[in-house]
Amino acid sequence: MGRDGTPVGQAEQASVAGEEQEIRPRLWRLAAATSTWIFLVLVVIIAVFSIMNFEAFASVFNLRNIMIDASSLLIVAVAMTFVIITAGIDLSVGSVLVFSQVVAALLMRAMGAEGLGVILAGLAAATVSGLAWGVLNGVLIAKTRMPALIVTLGTLGMAQGAALLLSGGINVRRAVPAELVTTVGIGRLFGEIPYLVLIATGITILGGILLHLTRFGRHTYAIGSNPEAARRAGINVSRHLIKVYAMSGFLAGVAGYLLLARFTTTTIEGHGTTNLQAIAAVVIGGTSLFGGIGTVFGTVVGVFIPAILRNGFIILGVEPFWQQVAVGAVLILAVYVDQLKRRARERA
Amino acid sequence: MSPALPATDGALLEARGVEKSYGHVRALQGTDFEVRPGEVTALVGDNGAGKSTLIKILSGTVQPDGGEIRFEGHPVTIHSPLDARRMGVETVYQDLALAEDLDPAANLFLGREVIRPGLLGALGFIDKRAMRARAAESFATLGIDLQDMDAEVGMLSGGQRQTVAVSRAATWASRVIFMDEPTAALGVVQAERVLDLIRRIRGSGKSVVLISHNLPQVFQIADRIQVLRLGRRVAVFRADEVSMEEVVGAMTGAAGEA
Repeated sequence: MGRDGTPVGQAEQASVAGEEQEIRPRLWRLAAATSTWIFLVLVVIIAVFSIMNFEAFASVFNLRNIMIDASSLLIVAVAMTFVIITAGIDLSVGSVLVFSQVVAALLMRAMGAEGLGVILAGLAAATVSGLAWGVLNGVLIAKTRMPALIVTLGTLGMAQGAALLLSGGINVRRAVPAELVTTVGIGRLFGEIPYLVLIATGITILGGILLHLTRFGRHTYAIGSNPEAARRAGINVSRHLIKVYAMSGFLAGVAGYLLLARFTTTTIEGHGTTNLQAIAAVVIGGTSLFGGIGTVFGTVVGVFIPAILRNGFIILGVEPFWQQVAVGAVLILAVYVDQLKRRARERA
Repeated sequence: MSPALPATDGALLEARGVEKSYGHVRALQGTDFEVRPGEVTALVGDNGAGKSTLIKILSGTVQPDGGEIRFEGHPVTIHSPLDARRMGVETVYQDLALAEDLDPAANLFLGREVIRPGLLGALGFIDKRAMRARAAESFATLGIDLQDMDAEVGMLSGGQRQTVAVSRAATWASRVIFMDEPTAALGVVQAERVLDLIRRIRGSGKSVVLISHNLPQVFQIADRIQVLRLGRRVAVFRADEVSMEEVVGAMTGAAGEA
């Protein structure tokens, strides 16, 4: 700048104007993104609870508990984000989670329930079980072109039934090695950060990188946006869908294993609505049920809005059932915003 | 273009006696067709004449039941759009085949993402900056001003969407671009821009095959007009040596067939 005798002030002004033109549409887009709005909603909720009872709500103890409680749902919801961006759905995650737990627990109990070997064998059992259900979902959806809603509703029932058959309908106890419980289950890094939270955070960051920075993520958006265009562009749509559902099953297995470590027992009855909670979190976070749009960041926000509402209501002594009402309302609002944006685009 | 063009009459891509039936419907009944290098060829015909089927066969989305396809004089089998792509043949579909939620650069590189160098590339990281820069370059070469390179394609006007689809084909095709009714959904000004784009593509030495119902437009842009009727090619004209009446006559069969 300032070369060729151009007055520096003018040149700078020109370049600033140029930059503004570059930046303004991006800011605009950020402001228009559903996840931005929903993040502000989360901030407001946190602010309100903090003002009303700072000591109880904003304590390290309380926030840590919120994060521990949210960690397994977060893992499932990150995978669900990919599924929904392809314009699919996975109703089976809760049952797959339970099935993976039961298989892992039975194996670990049979192996003596102690030692690193047993811990690793349990992890392998949980993840492979989850992966297997995921691959089954993916193959059925991609190859037979049946609706994902129906396929995963079917595998939901199958995985749940199989888990009950294997366990005899009773939670599997005395299966989890104590070393696993004291470290992964309830342990904390430097005595402060729970390992569960660290693992969930790591998986979330990896998921975000995969979705937003890699070819895999790009193809995920393309398939959700226009599967025929993706196919004609040479993307192997079937194989990609199988991978996405496989990932969903795999991470449900991981979440199941982590819960096993935390509670030292399977949680057969505890996951009837995990699928709907994950879907709600993803959709609240601005991911479109019609596919092609969504972010992992939005999903994180979508997981924490219900979690913090529940926690805050309890602290404030509000009937916790209000949480369900509030979350339902936020969900409908998020989908409504998505619809408005689509309509605006169709008009363009 | 290709130094060796010994094939029939210098054709780059040709169909000989190509047949295709859908159940009892004989969409193509042994039709011929040629694409010559650096020419705009219009493929015209009434509804159901077999134009789209022929294009789909030559671009690899549909397999013929019989006949022969030659590329640079050699018989070839085009199993898939990927095969066609390897021969430097791209297609602009009537529905454009764009991912509406992605930006123009992402659409230009759909299925051919630029991967970052080194370890990140091995992990599948895409180079968004490089793709944007190359897309901007591509649009500039074709004289297209998209204004907002960040907007998702769904936010663009119909004409802009069409130009994105055409530029994608023009960017990747080294030999032939098929376009199925590229101006059908456009207003006069936008259609004119697409025609300009086609002229620029021809200027770069590539061949364009255009399906169109709009005869005035065909006369405006085509070097050669090939007419399909009832699954057969019934006439080939040089656009500057024929009248619109003669073309319509060939399309409807009123001119009498040989």
